[in-house]
Amino acid sequence: MSTYQEFIQQNEDRDGVRFSWNLWPSSRLEATRLVVPVSCLFTPLKEMPNLPPVQYEPVLCSRANCKAVLNPLCQVDFRAKIWACNFCFQRNPFPPSYAGISEVNQPAELMPQFSTIEYIVQRGPSAPLIFLYVVDTCLEEEDLQALKESLQMSLSLLPPNALVGLITFGRMVQVHELTCEGIAKSYVFRGTKDLSSKQIQEMLGLAKPAAPGQQGRPVAPQDAAASCRFLQPVHRVDMNLTDLLGELQRDPWPVPQGKRPLRSTGVALSVAVGLLEGAFPNTGARVMLFIGGPPTQGPGMVVGDELKTPIRSWHDIQKDNARHLKKATKYYEALANRSAVNGHSIDIYACALDQTGLLEMKCLSNLTGGHIVMGDSFNTSLFKQTFQRVFSKDYNGDFRMAFGGVLEVKTTRELKVSGAIGPCVSLHSKGSSVSENEMGIGGTTQWKLCGLDPSTTLGVYFEVVNQHNAPVPQGGRGAVQFVTQYQHSNTQRRIRVTTIARNWADVQSQIQHIESSFDQEAAAVLMARLGVFRAESEEGPDVLRWLDRQLIRLCQKFGQFNKDDPTSFRLSESLSLYPQFMFHLRRSPFLQVFNNSPDESSYYRHHFVRQDLTQSLIMIQPILYSYSFHGPPEPVLLDSSSILPDRILLMDTFFQLVIYHGETIAQWRKAGYQEMAEYENFKQLLQAPLDDAQEILQTRFPMPRYIDTEHGGSQARFLLSKVNPSQTHNNLYAWGQETGAPILTDDVSLQVFMDHLKKLAVSSST
Amino acid sequence: MNVNQHTPMASPYGQPQPGYGQPSYAPQDGGYPGPYSPYNGPASAHQPGVPPQGYSPFTSFPSKAVAANPVSDLSSPLDLGPTRLPPTSAPPPASAPQPYNQYTHSQGDMQNGPPPMTQAPPRPAAAQPYTQGHVNMSGSLPSYPQHYGPPPSMQQVTNQMTGMQITPGPPTSAGPGYVPPHSSQPPLSTAYSAAAQPSYTQAPPPASSAPTQPPPASGPAASQQYYGGPPPSSQQPFNSSLPPTSQQQFTSSVPPPPSQQSFPPSSFSGPAPPPTRPQGPPMSQSQPQMPFPSQPPFSAPPPVSQPGFAGGPPPPVQGSFPPQPTQPSSQPGSFPPPGPPPTSATSGQYTTSMAQQPPPPTQPSPYHSGPPPPRVQMPPTSMGQSNHMPPGPPGPLQQPPAQPGMQTGFPPQQNGAFGQVRGPQPGYAGPYPGQPNYGAQAPAPAPSAQKRLDPDAIPSPQASDMPAVQKSRHRIDPDAIPSPIQVIEDDKAKSTEPFTTGVRGQAPPLVTTNFQVKDQGNASPRFIRCTAYNMPCTSDMAKQSQVPLAAVIKPLATLPPDETPPYMVDHGEAGPIRCNRCKAYMCPYMQFIEGGRRFQCGFCSCVTEVPPQYFQHLDHTGKRVDCYDRPELSLGTYEFLATVDYCKNNKLPQPPAFIFLIDVSYNAVKSGLVSLICNELKTLLDLLPRENPEMDSVVRVGFVTYNKVLHFYNVKPTLAQPQMLVVSDVSDMFVPLLDGFLVNVNESRQVIESLLDQIPEMFADTRETETVFGPVIQAGLEALKAADCAGKLFVFHTSLPIAEAPGKLKNREDKKLIGTDKEKTLFQPQVGFYKDLAKDCVAQGCCVDLFLFPNQYVDLATLGVVPVSTGGSIYKYTYFQAQADQERFLNDLRRDVQKQVGFDAVMRVRTSTGIRATDFFGSFYMNNTTDVELAGLDCDKAITVEFKHDDKLSEETGALMQCAVLYTSCSGRRRLRIHNMAVNCCSQLADLYRNCETDTIINYFAKYAFRGVANNPTKAVRDTLVNQCAQILACYRKNCASPSSAGQLILPECMKLLPVYLNCVLKSDVLMPGADVSLDDRAYLKQLISCMDVTETHVFFYPRLLPVMKLESGSLPVAVRDSEERLSKGGVYLLETGLHLFLWVGASVQQELLLNIFGTPSFSQIDPNLTSLPVLDNPFSQRLREIIDSFRAQRSRYMKLMVVKQEDRSELIFKHFLVEDKSASGGASYVDFLCHMHKEIRQLLS
Repeated sequence: MSTYQEFIQQNEDRDGVRFSWNLWPSSRLEATRLVVPVSCLFTPLKEMPNLPPVQYEPVLCSRANCKAVLNPLCQVDFRAKIWACNFCFQRNPFPPSYAGISEVNQPAELMPQFSTIEYIVQRGPSAPLIFLYVVDTCLEEEDLQALKESLQMSLSLLPPNALVGLITFGRMVQVHELTCEGIAKSYVFRGTKDLSSKQIQEMLGLAKPAAPGQQGRPVAPQDAAASCRFLQPVHRVDMNLTDLLGELQRDPWPVPQGKRPLRSTGVALSVAVGLLEGAFPNTGARVMLFIGGPPTQGPGMVVGDELKTPIRSWHDIQKDNARHLKKATKYYEALANRSAVNGHSIDIYACALDQTGLLEMKCLSNLTGGHIVMGDSFNTSLFKQTFQRVFSKDYNGDFRMAFGGVLEVKTTRELKVSGAIGPCVSLHSKGSSVSENEMGIGGTTQWKLCGLDPSTTLGVYFEVVNQHNAPVPQGGRGAVQFVTQYQHSNTQRRIRVTTIARNWADVQSQIQHIESSFDQEAAAVLMARLGVFRAESEEGPDVLRWLDRQLIRLCQKFGQFNKDDPTSFRLSESLSLYPQFMFHLRRSPFLQVFNNSPDESSYYRHHFVRQDLTQSLIMIQPILYSYSFHGPPEPVLLDSSSILPDRILLMDTFFQLVIYHGETIAQWRKAGYQEMAEYENFKQLLQAPLDDAQEILQTRFPMPRYIDTEHGGSQARFLLSKVNPSQTHNNLYAWGQETGAPILTDDVSLQVFMDHLKKLAVSSST
Repeated sequence: MNVNQHTPMASPYGQPQPGYGQPSYAPQDGGYPGPYSPYNGPASAHQPGVPPQGYSPFTSFPSKAVAANPVSDLSSPLDLGPTRLPPTSAPPPASAPQPYNQYTHSQGDMQNGPPPMTQAPPRPAAAQPYTQGHVNMSGSLPSYPQHYGPPPSMQQVTNQMTGMQITPGPPTSAGPGYVPPHSSQPPLSTAYSAAAQPSYTQAPPPASSAPTQPPPASGPAASQQYYGGPPPSSQQPFNSSLPPTSQQQFTSSVPPPPSQQSFPPSSFSGPAPPPTRPQGPPMSQSQPQMPFPSQPPFSAPPPVSQPGFAGGPPPPVQGSFPPQPTQPSSQPGSFPPPGPPPTSATSGQYTTSMAQQPPPPTQPSPYHSGPPPPRVQMPPTSMGQSNHMPPGPPGPLQQPPAQPGMQTGFPPQQNGAFGQVRGPQPGYAGPYPGQPNYGAQAPAPAPSAQKRLDPDAIPSPQASDMPAVQKSRHRIDPDAIPSPIQVIEDDKAKSTEPFTTGVRGQAPPLVTTNFQVKDQGNASPRFIRCTAYNMPCTSDMAKQSQVPLAAVIKPLATLPPDETPPYMVDHGEAGPIRCNRCKAYMCPYMQFIEGGRRFQCGFCSCVTEVPPQYFQHLDHTGKRVDCYDRPELSLGTYEFLATVDYCKNNKLPQPPAFIFLIDVSYNAVKSGLVSLICNELKTLLDLLPRENPEMDSVVRVGFVTYNKVLHFYNVKPTLAQPQMLVVSDVSDMFVPLLDGFLVNVNESRQVIESLLDQIPEMFADTRETETVFGPVIQAGLEALKAADCAGKLFVFHTSLPIAEAPGKLKNREDKKLIGTDKEKTLFQPQVGFYKDLAKDCVAQGCCVDLFLFPNQYVDLATLGVVPVSTGGSIYKYTYFQAQADQERFLNDLRRDVQKQVGFDAVMRVRTSTGIRATDFFGSFYMNNTTDVELAGLDCDKAITVEFKHDDKLSEETGALMQCAVLYTSCSGRRRLRIHNMAVNCCSQLADLYRNCETDTIINYFAKYAFRGVANNPTKAVRDTLVNQCAQILACYRKNCASPSSAGQLILPECMKLLPVYLNCVLKSDVLMPGADVSLDDRAYLKQLISCMDVTETHVFFYPRLLPVMKLESGSLPVAVRDSEERLSKGGVYLLETGLHLFLWVGASVQQELLLNIFGTPSFSQIDPNLTSLPVLDNPFSQRLREIIDSFRAQRSRYMKLMVVKQEDRSELIFKHFLVEDKSASGGASYVDFLCHMHKEIRQLLS
């Protein structure tokens, strides 16, 4: 088993791929009986320090509907200078430049260690990155000030040749012209009127001589600069823009008592999208939307301006009482799709105490690969540092972001592509390898990822289509090739190709092998993504039921038990954690909306479907570390029994980072022992979780909410709501233990959950 | 009358007018006569009527007299005249015919005649004629006394007529006057002439001279002066003249007799007159004719009543004669015209006009020789002449002379009489003047009527005379027809005392006259002028007369500094006290009853409780004790402080805002307009209107520039630099910002100045040629809406808005449509968009002022919809070039920005039961039929309101109207301005015709017609005007004028200028465009006229033409008539229309004059492109520039000076404004039109 784990780890490190099954069932029927589909988590731009890009074009299979890239799995006839495509078996001659090829002189793409390889290609002029700030001015003075400073700061982080633009909005939408001297000039749009892209461009005076629809032809930067006064290289308008931001005023329109400020977010985005659409189609661009409240007017309005009408809650939505929901969602979806078509991503930075309409707007980021950041105020380090981290750089000094990605998945003929789940949109590329059975965003073999970063991870789902009566020959391998074309942050066009192969296995005879090839972590995340994907469109309980059923079926398939004897139930090691993941997933905010606002749910789900496996797992089952005098810090069970008086706990839920001081520790701290020289060790104990937390804070994006609390503190709820309620007010005395802290909840504990699971799994009735 | 006398002002005015009119009529007569001279035949025809009188000549005269009488009747005389005439008539008729003859003959020279006519005719006409007639009839002297007897009354009347001023003295003076008249008809004549002179232009010269001369005698009235010269006599003369009329007309029993009696004496004393005569002579210069006439008259008189006359008259006359002769000689040359007028004055003039000239030569002789013989006839003639007759009476002596002359003339006139006429002219003038004068003066009213008759009595070419007529027609002497200048000058001379508004139904002085107003219960004529101050009681009468009943209201008119602005009344929290039923505001017409506990509404008669806090006891007359402490109980105009109930949404208004919207398209930038505006605005912003000069204006300002898109500017004081906000979504306009757009000037000064500095730079390289317009106004409107205030938009626009946007227009100027039935569509807005926009603007109180700088067609008819509907103004600067036009534009802009303006105004006119305001003309919007909504109402805007009967009015209570304007002042206060006006009601048409104001009628007609062109073919509009005018005059002729030959054109005294002015309206570019007049120009004028007040329409239609060869400080030269004939090659003339200002330079002007004006001695070196005169250090230049400046100061728009050199190309433009001439576009000359009008009238009568 360890071999599998190592294999998995190695594969992940080398290719950024984690498959749910590392042996593939060889027939369709068997595959479906495995419950968890053949699928993988793929991180297209996983950082690979030891993968130097090659400076030439990939060699493609010449079959028109294949176009697979030459890879180590291809059979090569060095003498004939011919290679056979391992997907379509087409025999292709090498291009002339490969004339010197031989067994000892192989190009990188043929070396096994380069199952993932990156090409730098020269296609057209390189386009500078584009950053378009869309700023809400209906903010409190303090917030606005902080935001302005952040924005000004960000200018210094941008590459000098990047184009930058500014749109501000409140009741009106203003597109600021950046080239003008003297009088600051801006174009104003009414916040209540939906405008077509053409209208917007006309109104901005951007008559386009060239047809904007030309795919893949980025507008030459010179042209762009000339034609667009609104997007200018940072180095040229640095000062102007800094001043402009400095003079930015709060929205001047008076807000009457009992009203919300009128916020034209919808139109502002429409203008931003329209502007980029006209000026820079198919060029990497990032629209960064900063909002301090919900859209209150015009298209995309989420809530009216009457304060007495609260913004929709889950309750309202369930009662179908959210007036603007559907309309707004539809509006933003349309915008997101337009934006996605042109390869522009949209970030949302929402900082407000109340909801800001993320539920309606989430698709903007979800479909375009943008970020969503949610905070309480722009004047918090959460926002400030998160925002700063958007512009973080990798070991090469390049931004950790890429644009305009297109991911294509090629499969050998036994596999078909069911779909993908992640920050992508379908490119509707039909082909022979498209499965009719859709999972996630399906019906295509190509997806667009307008914005992606090294951690962006997609779940890709496959369907085994090999018929049961036409078995794959023993030792046969199935292969999958991921071809990711994207614009690197240094404006290069690159293509990364990852080719994966797995063995086929006959379920009947090799069930053990298959079981042991199960990657329960990946499977949990992949199933969770399916669940979350469903949750977007289905009622919560239905999703839970579906998940439960899948879990039960899986346990029935792989559990060892005597019929109707729950106590006899056993799961192998490769599956042992899976039910626990499911237990926590069921309780997670991704599927539970109770106690979460619609915005929060959207926010959590947004991040869940784009983070890599590790982060996703943290989200599903938070990590809990315990610090004590008894030994070094140790991970402990996410269980109420872990909450002990003499421990400091550090919980990482991805979104929150909670440091919890046990009762005794808290008292000591309150007494100030850490200040005393003789209790230096206590001071160190207190410091240890802080240091660890700091480490997490440094690397995590978005920055988690940092919570320092103690026994009895109000914020301890973050911890108490996550741990398995093994001790509650109901069973406290029954257990009769003194350790741990009771959780006041009626939620079922893992114990109860497992009991039920076992019972159902062994039940012969299902 | 007594009252009038008592209150000189009132009666004087009323009468004066007639008087004035009369004089002018006289001229008219003369003029007509001239042309119609052939009509003399008619006159003879009249003679038939005359026949009664034994004397054929007399008969003829009588006829005239009759005619004259009618004229005199004007004042009230008609009946009197006729009636009297009958008695005396016998003679009069005879005389009448003669007069005609004379007129006809003399008309050429007639001016004098006319003057006399005017002077004498009106007043004396009736009385004098009678007297004369009597005299004549009776034989002579004996009758005279009698006549005089009557005359006195006449005098009184006339006094009233002429000038109430005289009144007190009048009686006595009258007596003397009369006497003098008798004794010295000459004096009378002179007096008349004097009197006449003032009124009569021909006379002008004479008048002026006369007046001036008279002055010596007595400053007041020229005529009086004459008499005055003989202190009392001067007045008396008038009086005398007046008396006669008055007597005749009104039997001012007492005065008359005494006066009469006294007259004789006075007249004798009159010898004094002789002394005056010397003056007279000078007078004569001006009136030379007069003298002559008088002389002849005298000579004539002698025959009749030579004794007396001879005595009196001779001396003066002789005295005058001597000069006269010289004068005559001179007259003939230069004066001829004057001469003619006089002649014209008399009906005879018409006929004679042509002949006159011939007569002149003969006349002299006739007079000398002829006179005597004719004398006998003369008297009658004089009698007949008209009502000169009346004067005749006094004048019998004179008249006799004059008439004699006349008669002789007549007989001779027709023959050589005309020749005589000259003589006569003078003589006529004299006689006429004398007669008329006498008649007029004394019986002013009657005379006037007579004169009118005479004038009116344009001898229509009767069959017999036809040939002559025809001949004469062509040669109708313009001097013989009613002269606007004469009327204007007469009125000026008469209005020396403040006009008090306390007397109901009293017509104010003409708009051309400078006078002071004292509010005593009715609104000042500066606020309200009515077409008729004596309204018909019933709608039948109104329909019959066709006289429009209308008032021109200028609610926020600026008052001269010496008049008190309206008082502010605060009735406390409950708001102004109003009638419960009709909601009329408290005013002097509310009758307090029951000891003051209630008041009865003067409009609807409803009784309303007096609120306790307003209660006050009544005195024994039923007046509230505090009546004079409260403006609303004692004044015609005052303001109420409006309470919150009178505010929109029951919220006190915000201070208004001014938004400047500047076109920055290529054309605007290139012409230098943009930088000009921006520069000017910097200083202009300190001049925003304010109520308290000490305080800063609270008006906020905002700036927008635009071409195809709009640029708003954020000029918040806290900004270092202004910010520009571009709105390209013109299809759905909105305001991009609120805070920072409308700012206080002082707070944001730096930012604003920075902005204004940068705007021209920013757009210096613009290539944008397309503009929008609708969205521009929408933008301003939205801004005001957002700021929740009223305000004014200043839109500076250059071109047809063809950019894609609401309100987009296309070029539809199609010259081919002009003259077709589709022409009207060109005056209608092209799209409905602007109408709706205007409605929105009005609802918000958004007034739009449009400054247009077109280089081509901009469709002003459409663009103007919003300004016109919102009470805004349109300014148009075609082919604007900063260099040449900036002065005019900047001055207009300055004034437009600074002027007082009210916002969000609603005007309501309430009237007493019986009439109702039915139609409104002006720049405003109406949502219903009663409320006139004005988004903005500035001090230059007038609204013409037409009234119709819906019931009967009562003579006792008269007709009341109250105009209430609710508005927001420029400091954001809500106010109610109330104007009250009461006019008389009459059941006799004659009364109606005696109290009309032609200028106001023209104002109404013009607005009515100009509005009509949008709905009717232009020709139909013109025809309608002509028809209505003809009906008015025909009705008068039929019902008020004494029966006379159909050939006579008889005009009511106060409407004698109606034809000439109407002709000007018909010839205007709107109704009869020349080939070079663009559609925009017409639309521009059309809207411009729609909100003009009477002063502006008057000068617009009849431009002021001043000879400026000789300038005196302190007074303006007397204007000349708008005809090329009046221009002397050696002269320099200034012409102003309120919109244009020309300096016409004759080709042979003296070098010295050129040096003084232009600093160059050569005509050819004058730069025709001058827009201002060089500043030269000589008194003449200074004075001329002073005059130009003062003209500009009087008008609401700055007039650019154009220097026109004779025979230069630009002279064509100038000639366009010589409205008495034929116009290039086919407009009739005054003379032709008068003939046409006469024909129309005759058709109606038959």
